[in-house]
Amino acid sequence: MRFYEFESRKIVELAGIPVTEYGFCKTADEAKAAAERIGGPVVVKSQVLTGGRMKAGGVKFADSPEEAAALAEEILQLEINGHIPRGVLVDPKAQVKQEYYAGVVWDGTAKRPLMLFSDMGGIDIEEVAEKHPDHVGRGHVSNLLPISDYEAKKVIAATGVTGSQLNRATPVLARLARLFRDNDMTLAEINPLAELEDGSFVALDAHMEMEDEAKGRQKRLLEGELSIEPEDTREPYEPSEFERSVKAIDSADHRGVIQGKDHGFEGNLGLVIGAGGGSLTLTDAVRSQGGKPANYSEIGGNPSVAKACGLAKEVLGKEGVEKIAVMMSIVSNTRVDIVARGVIKACLELDKDPAETIAIFRIPGAWEEEGFKILDKYGVEYCDRSVSMWEAAGRAVAKIQGAEA
Amino acid sequence: MSILLDKDFTFIVQGITGREAVNLTRECLDYGSNVVGGVTPGRKGREVHGVPVFDTVEQAVENHGSPVDGSVVTVPPAFTKDAVFEALEAGMKLIVIVTERIPRGDVAEMVELADSKGARIIGPNCLGLIVPEVCKMGGIGGPAKDAAKAYAPGSVGVMSRSGGMTTEISSSLTAAGLGVSTAISIGGDAIIGSTYAELMPFFEADEQTKAIVIYTEPGGRMEAQLSEWVSENDSRLPIVAFMAGKFMDDEEMKGMSFGHAGTIVEGAEDTATQKIARLEAAGIAVVERIDEIPAAVAERIGG
Repeated sequence: MRFYEFESRKIVELAGIPVTEYGFCKTADEAKAAAERIGGPVVVKSQVLTGGRMKAGGVKFADSPEEAAALAEEILQLEINGHIPRGVLVDPKAQVKQEYYAGVVWDGTAKRPLMLFSDMGGIDIEEVAEKHPDHVGRGHVSNLLPISDYEAKKVIAATGVTGSQLNRATPVLARLARLFRDNDMTLAEINPLAELEDGSFVALDAHMEMEDEAKGRQKRLLEGELSIEPEDTREPYEPSEFERSVKAIDSADHRGVIQGKDHGFEGNLGLVIGAGGGSLTLTDAVRSQGGKPANYSEIGGNPSVAKACGLAKEVLGKEGVEKIAVMMSIVSNTRVDIVARGVIKACLELDKDPAETIAIFRIPGAWEEEGFKILDKYGVEYCDRSVSMWEAAGRAVAKIQGAEA
Repeated sequence: MSILLDKDFTFIVQGITGREAVNLTRECLDYGSNVVGGVTPGRKGREVHGVPVFDTVEQAVENHGSPVDGSVVTVPPAFTKDAVFEALEAGMKLIVIVTERIPRGDVAEMVELADSKGARIIGPNCLGLIVPEVCKMGGIGGPAKDAAKAYAPGSVGVMSRSGGMTTEISSSLTAAGLGVSTAISIGGDAIIGSTYAELMPFFEADEQTKAIVIYTEPGGRMEAQLSEWVSENDSRLPIVAFMAGKFMDDEEMKGMSFGHAGTIVEGAEDTATQKIARLEAAGIAVVERIDEIPAAVAERIGG
């Protein structure tokens, strides 16, 4: 889950990292009031969950509260990469002596959080790491032991930073690492971390992402401190009607799991497929053989007839879908007969002939004999494990292309 | 021979009274595995298919009378870390975590504690591992009669990020007469207890294993790590890889996760195309089609 800049600012502040006086505003009037409170020149920044704000005109400078209000008015209506801003952030135009970078990310290979620090802040850290590797310090922290300040100090000192700068930056990086661990973040970045003219260090911009699986136990931060509604899931795109319907069918019954996605798919072959890895393999197999999937789906666990039927009906209800392919890798938990019953029921309820509508049924495994008997009865083409997932997908593609010709 | 398990291997099931765990216990017993106890707090005194249930891991070990080798953990995500810590504290050396949707911070804590105790974790979000006709630890392959159909003893080590695909691939190796030495469902999360590269030395040391098959997906650095391992170690084992999820390379799929929690493309480095290139550069054969695996393995074992 991604956070807006104003939320990241608050998270950093809660962790005891100094920030400048700032205001999150939803109207021009609020922006004016914030600028008055801050005093002096300010910067008005669009609050969107996408990059390239500066280029798009979503970050502008104002010398007076009136100007800040006018700019806020403009930025609040400016769509950036299809995103409408949540509001604007009003910040003082800080007198920066030097910009640094402080970040913490997961190192999946070491299975530990990795602290990163650079004395070349304000630009993309990957670029710095590539062009100036000696300006990036790194250090892992334990998942279990308390994080000590000296661990952060070592990382910063490795970039050559010393003097009062080292002593000011050390607690910032150490606190960022603790925040990362305590709040189940997958990314915690302060860029730039600024040294101001008076020698103090402040987080000028922060970027935080939290692990979705941990949202439940981070309620106090999410709902308490940040007032984020539980419905505010921040998917990378708006769920489609198909996606919402499949989700509703899944939630209505605790047995088994079904998922459906159609973002980025617009073909004519509906896919009723599973499980996790099987769905990925089958979607590739259909596309590699010239097929055009109308959707992606996943059947997992042991769903009821109603659930399998519900998924098949939603897929068949999508515009342009002529046939469905019902396929899975060998199943041990999912029952073949139940899925067979579900997809046939879906066809019948939509007044379609299962033999015509189901291009292929390839689910080998538990209860397959019973399943195949049902499919025989309705004349649906099926196969067992001797027919590979690739071949089954190919048969489905050939059938739908034959129907087109 | 085999890796990690043998016919004398003993284990318990934590969360044994849960619906799925009851089935898993039945399957493992039918397959001939030594399930010596189960734990569900507050359910001491019950039995699950003849396996005694206890409140604590310590009680289960005490009842067995000698050290227990491992544990299958199938408790809800919020309680998994505690359960795994308890098992590690009781001296278990191999822990299979079936549970999915565990925050990765918890997984990282469990792995760090396991490392400090010389123990190994498989998973989370996995189906466990199987040595054909010897022992199965977890739901892998399903009921004993289904597992027998897909898994015959043989020469190929299988590691897969997908539980279902572990069985699909093993079944095709069995049908081709190659068979399986040990098959491991390593789990589909971003951080897991044992990666391909971390398991390779075990297969390397196993005489029965003549080749390795891996099933892999976009997301993460696990394949890069394997490529590095292969380049740095003069391995005797040819590796055949299959990469699923190539469609995720499309621009509109960026940032979306499919299949497993770890299967999400976050940078340019972890796309299917990049991974295939890296694996091939390390001399690993990447097959285009799932049904090309057995022939690719046979060719490499033969030559």
